[in-house]
Amino acid sequence: MAGTYFDHNATTPVDPRVRESMLPWIGDQFGNPSSIHAFGQAAREAVERAREQVATLLDASPAEIVFTATGTEANNAVIRGCSRIGCTSGHLVVSAMDHPSVAAVATDLESSGFDISWIAPDANGRIDPDRLAAAIKPDTSLVCLALANNIIGTIQPVEKVARFCRKAGVPILCDAVQAIGKIPVSVRDLDVDFLSLGAHKFYGPLGAAALWIRKGVELNPYLLGGSQERHRRAGTVNVPAIVGMGEAAELVQAELEARRAHLLSLRDRLETGLREIGDIVIHGEAVERLPNTTHAALKDIDAQSLLIRLDLAGFAVSAGSACSSGTVEPSPALLAMGVTPQEALSSLRISLGSGNTEDEVDRFLVVLAREVAALRQLGTRTSV
Amino acid sequence: MSMLTAVAMSGGLDSSVVAWLLSQSGSSVVGLSMLLWDRSEENTHGRCCGALDLGDAKRVAQHCGIRHYTLRMDESFREHVVDPFIHDYLEGRTPSPCVRCNTWIKFDLFLERARQLGADRMATGHYARVVETPDGFELHTARDAGKDQSYFLFEMTQDQLASVDFPLGEMAKSDVRELARKARLSVAEKAESMEICFVSSGIQEFIEEQVVNNPDRFPSAPRAEASEIVDKDGNRLGRGDPYYRYTVGQRRGLGVSSNERLYVLGVEPEQNRVIVGTDEDLESKGLVGERLHWIGTTPEGVIEASVKIRSRHPGVRAQIRPKANHQVEVEFEVPQRGVAPGQAAVFYQGTRVLGGCWISSSLESAFQPQP
Repeated sequence: MAGTYFDHNATTPVDPRVRESMLPWIGDQFGNPSSIHAFGQAAREAVERAREQVATLLDASPAEIVFTATGTEANNAVIRGCSRIGCTSGHLVVSAMDHPSVAAVATDLESSGFDISWIAPDANGRIDPDRLAAAIKPDTSLVCLALANNIIGTIQPVEKVARFCRKAGVPILCDAVQAIGKIPVSVRDLDVDFLSLGAHKFYGPLGAAALWIRKGVELNPYLLGGSQERHRRAGTVNVPAIVGMGEAAELVQAELEARRAHLLSLRDRLETGLREIGDIVIHGEAVERLPNTTHAALKDIDAQSLLIRLDLAGFAVSAGSACSSGTVEPSPALLAMGVTPQEALSSLRISLGSGNTEDEVDRFLVVLAREVAALRQLGTRTSV
Repeated sequence: MSMLTAVAMSGGLDSSVVAWLLSQSGSSVVGLSMLLWDRSEENTHGRCCGALDLGDAKRVAQHCGIRHYTLRMDESFREHVVDPFIHDYLEGRTPSPCVRCNTWIKFDLFLERARQLGADRMATGHYARVVETPDGFELHTARDAGKDQSYFLFEMTQDQLASVDFPLGEMAKSDVRELARKARLSVAEKAESMEICFVSSGIQEFIEEQVVNNPDRFPSAPRAEASEIVDKDGNRLGRGDPYYRYTVGQRRGLGVSSNERLYVLGVEPEQNRVIVGTDEDLESKGLVGERLHWIGTTPEGVIEASVKIRSRHPGVRAQIRPKANHQVEVEFEVPQRGVAPGQAAVFYQGTRVLGGCWISSSLESAFQPQP
């Protein structure tokens, strides 16, 4: 048994009802949705139904939904598409709190000659909409602002920024990967041009994600090939995963309020317990955050050591963001908030899920208090 | 809570078998890999600190049913192993990075990190043995003499020996591989890494690249200029590569013609000079060492022991005379060739490692470098 899971911002378990919906499509039912015959027609219908389910969740119309493999792919497609592949100049406004799937593309464009205005957040991780708006120039081709940050969970004033963008005639990409399933998201209310989401963050399967593109907005396709997804994303679609994504979206639609209330009460319980441990700073506490995310700096603690101790004791949490080699690096978003590297490396992210219980939180707090005390007694030496 | 052992996993055959053995013994085990040298851009397959090898460690850990974590130690590794390695070359010495890595990283920082994670003990795939006696812990050579790695461990302390297991110390290498095959470890057929783990191409290219790319770390590093090759009387024989491309005992690449085989006797960085001579000139009666270390209690007076002056040296009987400030004089029973400053000299009585020192110069050799 791998233990109790408190890392839902990394990925979530697949809801059994979602799994149930997928089973036929990894069982007897199969077909390429592009095929003319009956097999293809049935597969196509399954994908289109999922498209409707996702569109309904977002308050969008199905024709605006493009399925992709990952949220990263969706973000890349928008940034590359808006800056026209091969171009060596242009201007983008990018939030420093955005995910690497946005930030790394912007950095790459920067190195090939693009001008990038990086918008730093305040100490709570919140982007000031006026500061962002002031960075927009006549030649700005895109603004990128994630709805919720993956580490701290800070919710950004996307609606307000989108109004500035509309006035300036500049498209805006909203990465909503962390927000979907945790807070209500309506593309009509947000009034953005592009919005990305990934199924595995809301109890759907890995390998299915979507990009919403406002009707009438043109985007140069990122992948070329067949005419799938109305020429906007070539490649045979992942039918079973997309079916699961549709089902997961429908469940969010039906259960969001109950999930939110559950998460908020668990998080309050967790944070009350954390404060009792002492010498803890909860980041972004003063502003609106995702209901499931707690990011806390623990004084005199090496977060990686604590994470490993907790894992050995049966609790899966995260220290900032994971990177490929499995070691912990200070997150650029945290540094942008003015958090010192030392504090960043002593920070833990606990992201709750709808399956977690009060009992799990209580047991976690007992173990955490024990491990923190043990580490503080040993004294620190940083992880490098 | 039960005793937890941290296995240092490099992704190689030996440490993988250690993880397997301990996981089968029923004790609590966690696998830890050290990220020592981040060369994600380079092709590092087959060496101990390459990213691919850490992937191998993760796979072996899953196979053993234990958890595995990667600890980033690259800054400490650079400070305590890589930079001293480069400085040794620049200062005309022959470095021993593996000893330094054991002393500073594997049995110091690693053990501390393992304890921080709640581990009580650590285990590695070294071929050596720890023996507990009423007077404390002793370090001994491995049962498989051909694989013995005790030379590299001479700076270990009592506290470290008390906390370390070397499960392969009693085993033959062939049995270790056989065990890996039987356990179906994915690394069972993996070749041994013999080279220096952080150097992927030539050592000299590595040094030059590091020096050029990191002026902050090597502010007074010399430029790559041809050295002067001289005989032991100072007669100029020709011009060679920059001095730091030579180490004591080296025969190749001297670029001077002579009736006799010539060897490097000494390297003089200040003069950018390399002194060469015959293999007889290379002989010395002993060595002067520094940073003398005893594993057990410090012995009194003159000590008789067998001394290894490099890792593959068979050992020579010698008298060890400790001096003040952790300095030491070692006099060989029979003169030895290739006493190289920068190498470790390790003292043995039978299979037991008494301790050792770092060679600073030869004792009364045919050739004495200018001070």
